[in-house]
Amino acid sequence: MTLLIAGGVGARTGSNRPSRARATRRWRDRLARFAFLVPAVVYVLVFFGYPLAHNISISLRDYTVRSFFTGEAPLVGFANYGTVFDDPLFGKAILNTLIFTVASIFFQFVIGLALAVFFADRFPGGNLLRALLLLPWLLPLVVSGAVWRWMLDADHGVVNAALRALHLTTGATPWLTSPHWALPAVIIANIWIGIPFNLVILHGGLTGVPVTLYEAAALDGAGRWQRFRHVTWPLLRPVTAIVLMLGLVYTIKVFDVIMVITGGGPANATQTLTTWSYQLSFRQYSFGPGAAVGNLLIVLATVFGLVYLRSARTSLAQETR
Amino acid sequence: MKRWGRTAIGIVIVLVLLFPLYWMVNASLQPSGALLKADPDWFPVHPTFTGYTSAFSGQLDHLLTSVIVALGTVAVSLLIAMPAAYALAQLKIRGGPLFVFALLIVQMIPGIVMANSLYTVFSDLNLIDSYTALILADSTATIPFAILVLRAFMIAIPRDLTEAARVDGAGYLRTFAAIVVPVSRNAMVTAGLFAFLFAWADFLFGVTLTTGSTIEPITVGIYKFIGNQTADWNGIMATAVLASVPAAVLLVIAQRYVVAGVTGGAIKE
Repeated sequence: MTLLIAGGVGARTGSNRPSRARATRRWRDRLARFAFLVPAVVYVLVFFGYPLAHNISISLRDYTVRSFFTGEAPLVGFANYGTVFDDPLFGKAILNTLIFTVASIFFQFVIGLALAVFFADRFPGGNLLRALLLLPWLLPLVVSGAVWRWMLDADHGVVNAALRALHLTTGATPWLTSPHWALPAVIIANIWIGIPFNLVILHGGLTGVPVTLYEAAALDGAGRWQRFRHVTWPLLRPVTAIVLMLGLVYTIKVFDVIMVITGGGPANATQTLTTWSYQLSFRQYSFGPGAAVGNLLIVLATVFGLVYLRSARTSLAQETR
Repeated sequence: MKRWGRTAIGIVIVLVLLFPLYWMVNASLQPSGALLKADPDWFPVHPTFTGYTSAFSGQLDHLLTSVIVALGTVAVSLLIAMPAAYALAQLKIRGGPLFVFALLIVQMIPGIVMANSLYTVFSDLNLIDSYTALILADSTATIPFAILVLRAFMIAIPRDLTEAARVDGAGYLRTFAAIVVPVSRNAMVTAGLFAFLFAWADFLFGVTLTTGSTIEPITVGIYKFIGNQTADWNGIMATAVLASVPAAVLLVIAQRYVVAGVTGGAIKE
């Protein structure tokens, strides 16, 4: 097989020299084109490929503070994963991640969709108002977290003051210091942060729905709700899939908001896989278990990510059809 | 008339949803004593700028660090993403689609995982507490996004335009510099803007790759400010307002680029 190819090439180049020059030129051309991609490929290999491999390696080793000085980190197999699975925090972190993610996405989506439908109709100032709503999404998450921490303060927070003014509560709900209220508190803050993103993408999807369909439905006597139910909702499905999947990928790895508002506490009430991985690596310097939790997160994110890519591809295919 | 009714409802919605921002500004202008009353003042009755003066004196270094890191991230991201996007959009390259797929996948990797391993890598290289580490780490998040946004734009550049230059004897580099870059200005603004906003807002890499002994971005500054038991909310909220300025300014002056980035990043990828 190899001989055959070698012979073939030899025969061809031997028989006529210009084509050899052409082959070199083609090679040079290919190299010249590839050169544009080289920096990006190198960057991805060095800053994604290596760290990912390194992370897997750390998760299989007894990597401690001392390892930084001695350079020694003995292999321990899957012991770090065992440590993580046996940790009573594991179940809690999974459950918190799940509740945080599902509740955040559900409310972000419903509110975002309602706003998108509201802003889909043209009215004076509509575009300006919609643009203003983007602001919370562009702010540093640490800023949003800080603001919510201040608003949810038990004694001086505006949330409790408003609840008292409306006679909904009499005392001071300890939003951030009670294990019962802390998770709902960070979820509320995160919903607020995510609404603009849902609004923008869903609004983009709505503008793609042909107006003629609404007119036809209206002629057939369909009311507002029926038009939404039978025209908007089905046509919006591909965009819905994209928003939900992207939301999942983003929300699973939320870090800043929780760190700033509760730091994972009180009593681990808001500890998710992400914050737990941080605590393990950077507070307890147990880099092995920290990396193990991180790898579990990758698996989760990639599974959702692949589902997203599939739905994005089918929706793109539908668009081009 | 009915349409103006919509406007009224829209204004109410915006007021409700942006209330937290108002509350931030409100607290940033009130003396700390007034903030600790049982019932808060809904307006800054006795406005004071002490919060801002303390924010400036205490956080100026952090703001500067964030500016340097954000600008550095923009530069690195565009330098690497522009040629890559050109190659992927205009030059047929074997393995190109595979690379695009890889870019989509790496965007899914949780930041904490990157922080975990980049910390060990950078400490081996003695780069903890350096601008280099922060810029390179932030670029892991911005480069894939920048390539995808720029590529989506460059695919739409007519081949006639780039191929005419090639026929005239221009090499790939000349074509890139003389035609592709100028034509892609808008997409570059979008990609650069998002790189800036990401690096400016970054907290995770800031808190893991710095120790606080030399440089520290503003987000980490705010985080530590809150952690202080004194809880000077006036100063904290003033710092938060300062940290929000770039986002607010960019939204005002570059709104259409922002919207292009949000939708472009999500759907066209």
